[in-house]
Amino acid sequence: MWDYIKLAVLGGIVVVAAVAASMARDLPYLVHMLAIMLASAITFIWVLRRIGEPVPVANENEYMDGPIRYGVIATAFWGVIGFLAGVFIAAQLTWPQLNFEWAQGYLNFGRLRPLHTSAVIFAFGGNALIASAFYVVQRTSAARLWGGGLAWFVFWGYQLFIVMAATGYVLGSTQGNEYAEPEWLADLWLTIVWVAFLLVFMGTIIKRREPHIYVANWFYMAFIITVAMLHIVNNVSIPVSLLGSKSVPVWSGVQSAMIQWWYGHNAVGFFLTAGFLGMMYYFIPKQAERPVYSYKLSIMHFWALIFLYIWAGPHHLHYTALPDWAQTLGMTFSIMLWMPSWGGMINGLMTLSGAWDKLRTDPIIRMMVVAVGFYGMATFEGPMMSIRAVNSLSHYTDWTVGHVHSAALGWNGMITFGMLYYLVPKLWKRDGLYSLRLVSWHFWLATIGIVLYAASMWVTGIMEGLMWREVDAQGFLVNSFADTVAAKYPMYVVRTLGGTLFLIGGVIMCYNLWKTVVGSSERKPATSPVPAE
Amino acid sequence: MGILDHHKKIETHATLLLVLSFLVVTIGGIVQIVPLFYLDNTIEEVEGMRPYSPLEIKGREIYLREGCYNCHSQMIRPLRDEVERYGHYSLAAESMYDHPFQWGSKRTGPDLARLGGRYSDDWHVQHMIAPQSVVPESIMPSYGFMMNRELTRQDAEHVRDIMRVYRTLGHPYTDEMMELAVEDFFAQADEFADPVDERYPGAQQRVFDGQEGVVTEMDAIIAYMQMLGTLVDFDTFVPDASR
Repeated sequence: MWDYIKLAVLGGIVVVAAVAASMARDLPYLVHMLAIMLASAITFIWVLRRIGEPVPVANENEYMDGPIRYGVIATAFWGVIGFLAGVFIAAQLTWPQLNFEWAQGYLNFGRLRPLHTSAVIFAFGGNALIASAFYVVQRTSAARLWGGGLAWFVFWGYQLFIVMAATGYVLGSTQGNEYAEPEWLADLWLTIVWVAFLLVFMGTIIKRREPHIYVANWFYMAFIITVAMLHIVNNVSIPVSLLGSKSVPVWSGVQSAMIQWWYGHNAVGFFLTAGFLGMMYYFIPKQAERPVYSYKLSIMHFWALIFLYIWAGPHHLHYTALPDWAQTLGMTFSIMLWMPSWGGMINGLMTLSGAWDKLRTDPIIRMMVVAVGFYGMATFEGPMMSIRAVNSLSHYTDWTVGHVHSAALGWNGMITFGMLYYLVPKLWKRDGLYSLRLVSWHFWLATIGIVLYAASMWVTGIMEGLMWREVDAQGFLVNSFADTVAAKYPMYVVRTLGGTLFLIGGVIMCYNLWKTVVGSSERKPATSPVPAE
Repeated sequence: MGILDHHKKIETHATLLLVLSFLVVTIGGIVQIVPLFYLDNTIEEVEGMRPYSPLEIKGREIYLREGCYNCHSQMIRPLRDEVERYGHYSLAAESMYDHPFQWGSKRTGPDLARLGGRYSDDWHVQHMIAPQSVVPESIMPSYGFMMNRELTRQDAEHVRDIMRVYRTLGHPYTDEMMELAVEDFFAQADEFADPVDERYPGAQQRVFDGQEGVVTEMDAIIAYMQMLGTLVDFDTFVPDASR
């Protein structure tokens, strides 16, 4: 019966999407409707072929690892796509001829930059978060994922969102809000998928067999619920037509700025920090085979971190038309945020006490430790840049870009790589990775790449900030804007090189993980002791 | 550390943990965002601000579509060098009709908040087609294709639909403006058509892209760029010290 309801709903969606596509008022909407139609048609056929077959009963004593395996593959795949897009747009800023005229604007920097940011944050980071959340919540709750096939819906639904967002950017469908570019249709879809994600996660926790909820799950939980709130509030908009991709966001001007950076900074605070701290709290103790350093510290820094982060948004709006009181609040809380951030760093690093020797032998733990190190560095740099006087120099410059990348490549990238290297042998039941040497190569390429990237951006950022404000003895500006653009060229070359190294590291990782999965034979299950007869 | 012992109650109760986390993360947003909607001095009272004309809306749509905000800010800070370089610092009132705001976060190219009237239309056309031909150091992509993209009645009607949504959000578009939206859309790119500044004071009306008889995306984007930052009458503006 349930299968027939599913078929009716899916068939209905196929028809509605086909009609909507035929009446589409613009190209992005047409493409999105075709994507929805295709996705539901494939699911329709998939359900149809299984009708009448006996439904395999899931063993409640086994973990559900299918969606996690797919999630791991998607993380690696979107990671390389996102890094590649990043290297390409870095090259476009260095050599503007790469904005090809024949592409009629479709491949210009302005359209590819959102593609890059969304690919790395939402596709790479998001898949890493969903996969690891599903893995961690099962292991720490001793329970199978709740909701039957709902976890599969979360995985595939999220991929559909990524495809809709990415095609939208290239075709020029955007709300014009940084990191919240997808239009109303994709936003609505993401909301549905996200609620399903929350349900699977909470359902699993509620049926846990451990009395305590493990600290990693606090962070995952706060991340999921907060991102839901941010996404919904920042994307309230009225579609111009139900048959077109364009919508008008409800917020305007100064309120829209405040809400956007409340969203934007907490995309950093919850998507890229709280969620990834959840990852840290599971995978570092596992890989180091040591317990978390301090339970009390984790309580204090959890509540302080989630309370303080949400206030930090206005530091993106210093000296703007946002009222001063809001700017001052944003700055104050951003500086306070330094402490709970370092609380997390200390808890992560000190988990290695007694196991520091592993840094010499285990390149995976080295990656994780360097990730936490970059986290600590970026969470010092951030509060410093949020001080108004510093911000007057750093804002609008490449320094911000450097700051974001030392955090995103160093912290989010490295901890995700560590997680992938840990998970793949476990999920595919292999003895170990194909090659630890290649992990070392990846580690050094990525680390050197980040250093080149961050250092070159510090130099250009501070240089252009100083050049913009330089006045001569008579009080006239010394540099035209174009002078500062020309001066940045050498550092832009270095940045592109750094990004390329990071990309090559990512490709090496994919090769290594691939060989791990297909290469060695399956690990034999541990033989249970047979009593002598 | 006695108080931390009570944490056991929270961390053994999933719903409690979820609800408490959610309450904790709502506070900052409520304190920072809600007052902006009712504090009177959030948006200054100024002379001259008006909603966008139809052709300017189209230009702004193109500005969003091409992701111009990724490299250009529209927010002049009250710092000496910025006021020297770009003009009077930006007011909150100047973006009150922007859904969403376009203040930007990065100046890969210069600020555009007061771009209007700074360069000639011809300069803009040349700059959009081949940026490096007028600014050799520029790393901006070419947008020459806008010269060939003719705007149709369908585009004008789409803009009218957008105006309808703006109106429900409180923009002061009159019935007359709505009725004449499609006509005004094309009229603004032709100095011999009926004047649109009767409805949109200060609107500039002429062939922007140098191509007579056809309205293109280049007309729209230049009409938008030429009005940026030109509306407010700063002779009558008195800053509010308490803000």
